[in-house]
Amino acid sequence: MTGLYESQRAMRQIRQTAIQRGVVAILDIGSSKVTCLILRFDGEEAAPSEDIGAMAGQARFRIIGAATTRARGVTFGELDVIQEGERAIRTVVQAAQKMAETRVDHAIVSMAGARPRSYGLVGSIDLGGAEVAEHDIARVLASCDVPPIGEGRAVLHAQPVNFALDHRSGLADPRGQVGNRLTTDMHLLSVEDRCVRDLLHCVNRCDLELAGLASSSYVAGISSLVEDEQKIGAVCIDMGGGTTGLSIFLRNHMIYADAVRIGGLHVTQDISRGLGIPMAMAERIKTVHGGLTATGRDDREMIELKSDTGDWEHDSREISRSELIGIMRPRVEEILEEVRLRLDAAGFEHLPSQKIVLTGGASQVPGLAQTASRILGQQVRLGRPLRVLGLPQAATGPAFAAAVGLCLFAAHPQDEWWDFADPSMVRGPQSLRRMVRWFRENW
Amino acid sequence: MRSVRREPPLRSDPAPSRAAYRVTRLWLSPFFRFFVRVVIPLAVVIGLAGAWALNSSHRAAVIAWVDEKRGSIADRPEFVMRQMIISGAAPELSREIREKMPVKFPVSWFELDAEELRSVVLSFDAVKDATVTLDLGGAVRVEVTERVPAILWRTHGRIEMLDDTGHRVALIDRRDGRSDLPLITGDGADKAVPEALAVFGAAGPIAHRVRGLMRQGARRWDVVLDRGQVIQLPENRPVAALERVLALQDAKDILGRDIVLVDIRRPTRPTMRLGEGAVGYLEMTRAFERGLSTQ
Repeated sequence: MTGLYESQRAMRQIRQTAIQRGVVAILDIGSSKVTCLILRFDGEEAAPSEDIGAMAGQARFRIIGAATTRARGVTFGELDVIQEGERAIRTVVQAAQKMAETRVDHAIVSMAGARPRSYGLVGSIDLGGAEVAEHDIARVLASCDVPPIGEGRAVLHAQPVNFALDHRSGLADPRGQVGNRLTTDMHLLSVEDRCVRDLLHCVNRCDLELAGLASSSYVAGISSLVEDEQKIGAVCIDMGGGTTGLSIFLRNHMIYADAVRIGGLHVTQDISRGLGIPMAMAERIKTVHGGLTATGRDDREMIELKSDTGDWEHDSREISRSELIGIMRPRVEEILEEVRLRLDAAGFEHLPSQKIVLTGGASQVPGLAQTASRILGQQVRLGRPLRVLGLPQAATGPAFAAAVGLCLFAAHPQDEWWDFADPSMVRGPQSLRRMVRWFRENW
Repeated sequence: MRSVRREPPLRSDPAPSRAAYRVTRLWLSPFFRFFVRVVIPLAVVIGLAGAWALNSSHRAAVIAWVDEKRGSIADRPEFVMRQMIISGAAPELSREIREKMPVKFPVSWFELDAEELRSVVLSFDAVKDATVTLDLGGAVRVEVTERVPAILWRTHGRIEMLDDTGHRVALIDRRDGRSDLPLITGDGADKAVPEALAVFGAAGPIAHRVRGLMRQGARRWDVVLDRGQVIQLPENRPVAALERVLALQDAKDILGRDIVLVDIRRPTRPTMRLGEGAVGYLEMTRAFERGLSTQ
């Protein structure tokens, strides 16, 4: 199992260098837009005072550059055409650099699609009544049985979410405690290796070094769920352009993540096909007039479908808003039902709290909360990302939940498996210790 | 109907080319930016200037141009000095200062140096202090503080006026010219002028009889009175010794008698020398007394 994560470890070291240098770029590559934020880290975090908490680590960084462009060459949150994706990244990085008036060399990237799959892992070791030390944590993590994640898949996240010591469960940090048996639960998220490699290639071709990789449904959850929701359990549904990601949080850890390969672009596509209009116009009609609940007034609200074909009949068509809603609603319901299936499969109904938070660009359609509460459950709310220092007003909407979450992730990454020393590496000191003990016992 | 004009083409993809992207990043890196914006222009300017200055005729032209510009500014009427105003000096002294001043009017303000002119003024004995101001109105203003003569010093056949520190003020041809000033004489007397003034001040009751002070061996004073009487003062504390003699004068009127010299060089043992008449009278008196005793 060790040796699988060399690239992740290398990435973590690059992240350390980037934060020391003080400037790092955040790249959120989605199906409908690509966002780049440039973070500047200044110094140490101020000690949390009585009135102000740790500010979720936000006090440490500031956004000095932001740019967004339409996505190119990305479908279902995966890079489809490498050259096009590279152009998109170049565009945003250059614009953000211009705003920040500095150059960035390191990027932390989030990916939306790539068919994520969650696994729960359990590992346990015997301590023999000793105190839990740092290397014991590494040992118990290494003892987890890795399920067959399949050919051509890579591990994106591997986070210890729970420790148990002799039937005392729910320990966040068991170090320093004494017990006989240490057990851990780990959440492992695997994605398609091909997508990771494409992304790496693309970022490297833009002269950037990859300093971290995260699932966008995970980082959207970090930024959209408030602390209580993360603690007592909630699901964040990140409704993007090409995919809809969902991540379940419990006790401040992500315990499940998945993605549905339908998103807002499919709604646009339906409108375009149903009404026979170009995609750009369908997108505009969707954002301006779209909705999910038809009322009597919507029958009288007419939308002009202007075009320039020369056929007068065709160019002066009109539809009512009810018709538009009639096209959009089945597709949104399909997305939500698909999400419902995934939540059922994950056992979401067994969680102590059934909070559902909708975020992402496609969550801005009016009437989504009612529709979602009918399909998913009662406790639905629309989420917006956390406010972070220096974020432009244009980037505060729910469409930027993943980008903002990636900033928080960059400043405060979750402990992952590869952050702990490999047990094989600490063998040297251990054998030395054994030698010393042998000397002490025998002489 | 469709317009004949062609539709404007769709806006091209604004993505920067790979080269443009790299150039932008290069330009944003601080070292390169500093190099291009500071180092290269400096190097070019210095290099061009150096190459141009390698030719000596170019250098000469630059120097000539600078001189010409400087001259044209210095010759402007605003900077011309036309006169000298001397205040605080007697007419003879100010005439002498005018003669000796190395300035020929009209002259440019730039060619005068106030410190240098001041040192010229200070080189006069009669000048105690001076300030020289170059007014841009066209005048050199010299403010002189003269030395005040306090004493006359007769030496080597001439009489000089000294101020109260002993510095020479001027030559004077006759003692009568300043009969109000006391007279001293002897080598090195000018070094002890303050002491001499103190002695004169202490002379009080016999001041009308004092002719002058004579410096003996450049270390002590003799007070010379009229009728050739001399009071020899000690080296240390001459004023106290003189007051002692004055006390004797008060009590016994010694100076009114036929006494040539009062020696108080040892304050504990004042000595007097009698005049010739007094000695004869004394001998006669003694002989008479002796005759009486032998009879």
